[in-house]
Amino acid sequence: MTGTPIIAPASPGTTAAGPATGGAGSRRFRGAKNYLALIPFHAYVGFFLVLPTAIVAIGAFTTAQGDFTLDNLTRLFTDDVLVSAFMKSIQLAIMTAIAGAILGALLAWAVVRGDPNGQLRQVVIAASGVLAQFGGVMLAFAFLATFGFNGLVTILFKDYLHVDMLTDASWLYSLTGLAVVYTYFQIPLMLIVFLPSLDGLRQEWYEASSSLGGSSWSFWRSVGGPILAPSFLGALLLLFTNAFSAYATAAALVSQGSPIITLQIASQFQSEVVLGQENVGKAIALGMIIIVSIVMTLYALIQRRASRWVR
Amino acid sequence: MTGMGQGSVGAAAPGGGALVKRPKGAGRGRRRSRLQTSGRIAILVLVFGYLVLPLFAMAEFSTRGDYGSRSLASYAAIFEYPDVVDGIMTSLEIAVVTVFGMLLLLVPTMIWTVVRVPRMRRVVEFLCLLPLAIPAIVIVVGIAPIYRWMGQNLGVFGGSPLTLAFINIILVLPYAYRAIDSSIRTVDVATLAEAARSLGAGWPRTILQVIVPNIRGGILSASVLAVALVLGEYTISSLLSFHTLQVVIYLLGKRDPFVSVAVSLAALVFAFVLLYLIARFAPGAGKRAVEEEPAT
Repeated sequence: MTGTPIIAPASPGTTAAGPATGGAGSRRFRGAKNYLALIPFHAYVGFFLVLPTAIVAIGAFTTAQGDFTLDNLTRLFTDDVLVSAFMKSIQLAIMTAIAGAILGALLAWAVVRGDPNGQLRQVVIAASGVLAQFGGVMLAFAFLATFGFNGLVTILFKDYLHVDMLTDASWLYSLTGLAVVYTYFQIPLMLIVFLPSLDGLRQEWYEASSSLGGSSWSFWRSVGGPILAPSFLGALLLLFTNAFSAYATAAALVSQGSPIITLQIASQFQSEVVLGQENVGKAIALGMIIIVSIVMTLYALIQRRASRWVR
Repeated sequence: MTGMGQGSVGAAAPGGGALVKRPKGAGRGRRRSRLQTSGRIAILVLVFGYLVLPLFAMAEFSTRGDYGSRSLASYAAIFEYPDVVDGIMTSLEIAVVTVFGMLLLLVPTMIWTVVRVPRMRRVVEFLCLLPLAIPAIVIVVGIAPIYRWMGQNLGVFGGSPLTLAFINIILVLPYAYRAIDSSIRTVDVATLAEAARSLGAGWPRTILQVIVPNIRGGILSASVLAVALVLGEYTISSLLSFHTLQVVIYLLGKRDPFVSVAVSLAALVFAFVLLYLIARFAPGAGKRAVEEEPAT
């Protein structure tokens, strides 16, 4: 008992004495040296992330000769093809975010009711990680194998059920097809993002509500709903940016034209030919950064509020 | 003490009253829970069905043989396409470089911010999460001139597909950061470092032999996520014309869709097994690791 109180006050004393005897100068020097150790990280991120972003941002405002211009950016609002591509991308992102959020939240609810360390949950989370994050081209092929001209469901309907439904597989290569495949990868992303919030919804609150005479409906309306609303909204925004910036799936599915904005960037990128439009691709890219940054900022703000209830 | 005892006895009486009434409520609860259970099963079947159907179709499609038979010929044929094998090897090599590069860059930096410059923690976090706000396709547009420069000035290395590791490290930062950060939060890294230092260990030794073993769960998750991300990366490699696994799968899809579906399914299963193993054997670390935003 006596040993600890003696040592305890002594140690703050010595640490306080250290910098004091060294003087303010060496302390500042050591502080600076501490920051030096972070230089490799900052240099790396600066070179491979900040510099490319700056190249995009500066390029959007310059001609191929390096002169300042606003032509690239005004094109975003005047060129019908680009306007329509932006609109379609936004539409696609909103639709699939809503569909994915609702279905994903329901799935998350169904999964969370089970044992938190159970097999079902672990399998679902791992599978969701794969489908939400590493799909891209492979998911496009999965849907070709399902609904394509030789796909499982197409053949099933055509040759076995003799129903004239889904037999013309060309829908898969259009925006409808993109919406279906996008929703497919939005669901697992929603599950991953929303699961922790559902975990935070405590059984005790449900019991408290029902012991006060509340029905299941009134619990969701006045307790569960308001608590989950911010996380749901946040997840919705995250899903929006996810669909808005997706490229691989669309590149693998869409065979004609470039209906959405990521495909537009790619086609500008691959064929930098038209004189005077060399930097239009960078302007589109800057437009994407602005949209995604706004949405992600909102997401961060909402997330801060939502995290209060997450255990 | 006795007063408190009496109080609790007194309080027990209304509780007892509630207990008498309980069967009714419990009955309602049971009915509700039966309803919930059937709702839960319906959702699991429907939404799961939607998620599983294309995977099942892939399995069906890739095992089609002649005249309605089943065969694994498409899987055997994977190895008859040299570019597929090359693509797999290229992607695996990039994955290895990405994992080591990411760990080398991130682990010391994160430990250092916790131990020495906590003020910079938010800055590092912000930079790590920044790639979430910049779509991969935008990075390609901005980084292409840098790659052109590297290709012209850095000799054989500058044009090698291994240089993709540079961008992949950036893409994996958000996921890796979260995975390692959740591990760092569970141990008192600052105290560990102080103890090791006061016992005479230098910084390299403190980090490698004292701190790293304590956050190995997060390091493992981050590495696995990096491998999965590299194997699934398409946007950047295709636009910079490097023949990685996904690019090869895409090109093969036009020639032999059966084999390309077979490779895709195999790759998805491989990624699933990797992620399942972290969920299973690195709990806590894996939990938050798989969160947020994909890089498709």
